[in-house]
Amino acid sequence: MVRVFETPIAEEKVRELKAGDVIYVSGIIFTARDEAHKVLLERGEPFPLEGLALFHCGPVVRKRNGAWEVIAAGPTTSMRMESLEPEFLRRFKPRVIIGKGGMGEGTLAALAEVGAVYCHFTGGAGALAARAIKSVREVHYLEELGIPEAIWVFEVERFGPLVVAMDSHGRSLYAEVGAAVEANLEKVLARTKEG
Amino acid sequence: MKEELVGKLVEALREAATVLPADVVRALEAARDREEGPARVQLEAILENVRLAKDKGVPICQDTGTQTFFVRVGTAFPYLEELRTAIPEAVRRATEEVPLRPNTVHPFTKVNPGDNTGRFIPYVTWELVPGDSAEIHLLPKGGGSENCCKLVMLTPAVGIPGVKEAVVKHIANCRGLPCPPTVVGVGIGGGADLSLKLGKLALLRPVGQRHPEPEVAALEAELEEAINALGVGPMGLGGRTTVLAVHVEYAHRHPASLPLGIVVQCWADRRAHVVISPQGEITVTGDA
Repeated sequence: MVRVFETPIAEEKVRELKAGDVIYVSGIIFTARDEAHKVLLERGEPFPLEGLALFHCGPVVRKRNGAWEVIAAGPTTSMRMESLEPEFLRRFKPRVIIGKGGMGEGTLAALAEVGAVYCHFTGGAGALAARAIKSVREVHYLEELGIPEAIWVFEVERFGPLVVAMDSHGRSLYAEVGAAVEANLEKVLARTKEG
Repeated sequence: MKEELVGKLVEALREAATVLPADVVRALEAARDREEGPARVQLEAILENVRLAKDKGVPICQDTGTQTFFVRVGTAFPYLEELRTAIPEAVRRATEEVPLRPNTVHPFTKVNPGDNTGRFIPYVTWELVPGDSAEIHLLPKGGGSENCCKLVMLTPAVGIPGVKEAVVKHIANCRGLPCPPTVVGVGIGGGADLSLKLGKLALLRPVGQRHPEPEVAALEAELEEAINALGVGPMGLGGRTTVLAVHVEYAHRHPASLPLGIVVQCWADRRAHVVISPQGEITVTGDA
C-alpha cells in the first residue's frame, strides 16, 4: 500500500499521486534553501536535477575520517522559497519537493504544469530523516553558503513517511485544512463570546 | 569548579538536544492515540524520531535552536563568576561535541561565528532570589516556532475574553508553521517585553502542569479546548491535536495597557534543568 519511488522519478508516476497519499523516496535527494535556490537560478544546475527530490533542509553534519556524516536533517519552512520555487520547478524539473508547512499558489500551479508533487515530511523529525540518509554524495557551495544553506546531495533509502500535501492536479491539503480552520475559528469565537 | 560546571552544562545541553522530556513524550503518545489518517502518520513519525534520537544520542531536530538559559540564582551563591563565564563556554563546546547546528548569524554582515555564540547570545536571564544555590533552566528554541511568537497590545476594556480571542486567532493563523502540536506560553500584563518573557517562562513548566491559581488554570483549559477545536492538527495537515498544552503566566499591568505575549514552542519542547548547591554539587536532569 505504501509506495516507494526510486529516483529519477518519471513524470507519469508523479501524476498518479493524489493529495493524502503516503510515499517514500529512495535514490538521490538534494537540499536547497532560499540562498541555494538563488544561486542555482543564477548559475545553473551543477548536475541534472530532473526527476530527483528537492529537500528544503539545513542539516546538522559532521566530518569524520574525511567523510561527511549527517546527524539530523529535518525539513525547514518551505514558504520561504515560494517566490523562487515556480521558476525552479520549470527550469530544473525535480519531481518531488520535500518540506514542511506547504507552499503557495504559484508553486501549486507550477506543480501541475511540470508534473511534480510537494510532500510534507514531519517537521523536526531530524533523526528519522538522518537514518534514511545512507551517504553524502556531494556538497556544493559549502564555502560560499555555509553548512545549513549549502547544496547537499544525499543517497537515501526509504526516505519518509512523506505525505503528498500538494499534488499535480491542483489539490492542496493546506488549502483544504485552511478553509476548515477558518470555518471552525468562527464557531469557536462565537462560543467564546457567549461563554 | 569552572571546568566541572562547563562539563555539566555541556551534559545538560546534550540532554536537552537529544532527549525529549517524559511529560512531552506522554502528551505526544496520548495525541497519537486519538488521531487517525495523516495526523496519526505525523505523530508516529515524531515518536519514532524521538526514540531514535535518544537511542543514538543525536539531536531530535536539526534546528538545535538558540541556546536560552533562565538562571535563578541565590544572592549568596558562591560561584557566580564561574557560572557567568561557564555558560558561553559550554555552548561552544556543546556545538562541537553534541553537535549543535551553528545558529548565530550577524544581522548586518551575515557572518556566522560557527559556535552558537554572538552578541547577547547565548541569551541568559538572571533572576536573583534569596538563598545560596542556583537553578538553571535550558530552553533551546527553534526558529520555526520562534517566528510564530507575537506581541499584542490589547485595549484593557477587552479583558480576559479579548485575550482568549487574540490567542485563538493567532494560533489559527499560524497553521502548520510552528510544527504543531505545539506548547503555547501566554504572558499577560507586565509590559511589552515582560509579557513575552512571561510567555517563555510559562514554557518551563512540565507540559500539562496547571497554574496554581484556579482562574489562570481555567483559562489554560479553555484555550486548549478552543485551539484544539480549530482542526489545524499535527503539522497543519488537519486533526484533533493542535496544542499539547497552553500555559499562562501573568504580571500586574499598567492601568492603560493589556500586553499579551504569545510564545509558541514546537512539539520538540526541549528542556533541561541544572541545580548547583553551595557545596558545588551539580545535578542535571532532562525532565525539568
